[in-house]
Amino acid sequence: MYKVILPARYLFKRRIAILAILAVALCVFMVVVVMTVMRGLLQDFREKNHNFFGDCIVSSQSLVGFTYYEDFIKQLEEQDFVEAVSPVINAVGIMSMPGSDLNDAKTLTGIDPARHIKVTNFAETLHYRKSDPQKAFVPTYDPEKVGCVPGIDMVYLRNSSGGYSHGLEPMPIELKISCFPLTARGNLLNSGMGSPVNTKNFFYSDDSHSGIVKIDSNTVYLPFGRLQSLCGMGGKNPRASAIHIKFAKGFPVTNGTAKVTSLWKVFAKKYETQAATSSEQTYATLMDNVVVESWKGYRRSAIAPMEKEQAMMTLIFGMLGIITVFIILVVFYMMISSRSKDIGILKSVGISTTSVVGIFIVFAGFIGCIGTAIGMSAGCAMLVRINSIEDWLFDKYNWQLWDRSIYAIGDIPNKIEWQMLTIIGTCAVVACLVGAIIPSYQAARREIADTLRVDQL
Amino acid sequence: MSKLLNANGIHKSYPMGQTKLKVLKGLSLSIEKGEFVAIIGSSGSGKSTLLHILGALDKCDKGMVEFKGRDIETYSGAEFNRFRNLKVGFVFQFYHLLDELTMLENVLLPTMARAGTFGWISARKPAKKRGIELLDRMGLADRIKHKPYQLSGGERQRVAIARALMNDPELLLADEPTGNLDSATGVGILEALEAFNKQGQTIVMVTHDDRIAARADRTVRLADGKIVK
Repeated sequence: MYKVILPARYLFKRRIAILAILAVALCVFMVVVVMTVMRGLLQDFREKNHNFFGDCIVSSQSLVGFTYYEDFIKQLEEQDFVEAVSPVINAVGIMSMPGSDLNDAKTLTGIDPARHIKVTNFAETLHYRKSDPQKAFVPTYDPEKVGCVPGIDMVYLRNSSGGYSHGLEPMPIELKISCFPLTARGNLLNSGMGSPVNTKNFFYSDDSHSGIVKIDSNTVYLPFGRLQSLCGMGGKNPRASAIHIKFAKGFPVTNGTAKVTSLWKVFAKKYETQAATSSEQTYATLMDNVVVESWKGYRRSAIAPMEKEQAMMTLIFGMLGIITVFIILVVFYMMISSRSKDIGILKSVGISTTSVVGIFIVFAGFIGCIGTAIGMSAGCAMLVRINSIEDWLFDKYNWQLWDRSIYAIGDIPNKIEWQMLTIIGTCAVVACLVGAIIPSYQAARREIADTLRVDQL
Repeated sequence: MSKLLNANGIHKSYPMGQTKLKVLKGLSLSIEKGEFVAIIGSSGSGKSTLLHILGALDKCDKGMVEFKGRDIETYSGAEFNRFRNLKVGFVFQFYHLLDELTMLENVLLPTMARAGTFGWISARKPAKKRGIELLDRMGLADRIKHKPYQLSGGERQRVAIARALMNDPELLLADEPTGNLDSATGVGILEALEAFNKQGQTIVMVTHDDRIAARADRTVRLADGKIVK
């Protein structure tokens, strides 16, 4: 019973115990808030990428693209694990605005909105055509004109609250897009016959806000067929750059990707063996450049740095955890040193060394549990109100944690994950116990007569 | 009377810089059951060290302490704890009460240690009864919920005696129990010890005061690490 009574009394009688509780609470508070926000940012970024690219991407690593994509799409659509498929053209071009100095290299993405919205969340990224995304390339101000959808950051400047000021109708802006069409062998299509560049004019019909900065600031969406012909990928044996796939609901992405990979291998092999003419052999060779990847693999170059950042944060907080253990160790060393008389008294009435260690371990457990509970409660309270606190700071002092005119984030992520809280809480309590074990054991092992000697009091 | 404790050829020294300070030099002592023995000696003569060795709070460098015929050096760790918990009770000059516990809790501590956390559930009621009885005998029935800092030195020493007797030990070792008290209070403590001795409690008391030692059945004088009388 003394194992409970004594630690409980030490807890409320010793000011240093309160300080130890506060140290634990502060560490837990900091870890809960920062890890939740960091994890939220990464998860948000992942979700945005996943939603924007679909579950699996069959893509060519060459600008030339690959043929027979519609045959493969047909095959995919017959699979029960596939929900929707969309062919995509990826190219690089020059965008200019007639009558202005604007002239910039951009990523061009050709999509068929009717198919693409079934695979990705493209529809939700639109502003004017959100409710009628199939008409994304039909300007509301002139339905006869061919529209284009630039990334939002190419059209508007983000304001300090992270929003954009759209007008009621899209502005009638004409954009000139120039491409270098390539043959299936990778040569310029028009070389030696006039201009090697294909140019077409498009009209701003909507903009896309995916939340992925690089895409919103550098990508122009064009109608699939138009970009295909601009890039010289149309004709008798049309080519595409990629096929985006959405799997049936609940079907694991890894399994689906593996299935698509094996389907593709069989598909490519079939065309390779059937290729008789030289042009058919060229088309079959294009398939060698095709890779099948999950959305995560396809976007790894963008996601990896963020994951690395999170790993770094975890490492930093791991070190913080070690510092916490050290703080607890120092606090306990001080506390236990001042309790050496008590240890002598306890041992003089027959309490074993292990039981004395047990008293201080229970004490450390109390400190860990109370500190963790306070830290977690404060952390959760902070997270629940983090956005309103930031709003208040912005209104009052014009200060933001992340300048929304620079960073493409909306609200600060504050979704509390109980699994993460459990891990943090357990680690904090274990850190306290680890910090207490060494000084407790050292003190408990001292000779009774030494601890009770008058000059030790 | 049968022999309860026998110390034979006890040597004890403490490191002091490069040299060793020899405190006990081959001391031998025997305690009979029911005796009230006073060990007397000047300050630094090794009285407290001897008492600590007899009560297994310290170890001797050389020699042997037998309790009821068994060398306590042969005890295992658990047996040492049981010995301190059940066989001997200690009363210290500076009371050594736990400041965080009430008087009753301090008295109950040896029984709590014996019973363990779960055993305490069944042991609590009779232990509490005995604790209150002991405190009542010491004239502290109305102070059971007080903390040590709320009591006088004499009252604290009475609580320490009650704690030492809580598990009804065969041997009570008192290290200058009146050394920190005024003479009137000291007399009260001695009277309490005498009363317990009359009921058969074996007591070994250390003191430097001849008048206090005179109240014991037998006086053992310690000088230069040896018994001289």
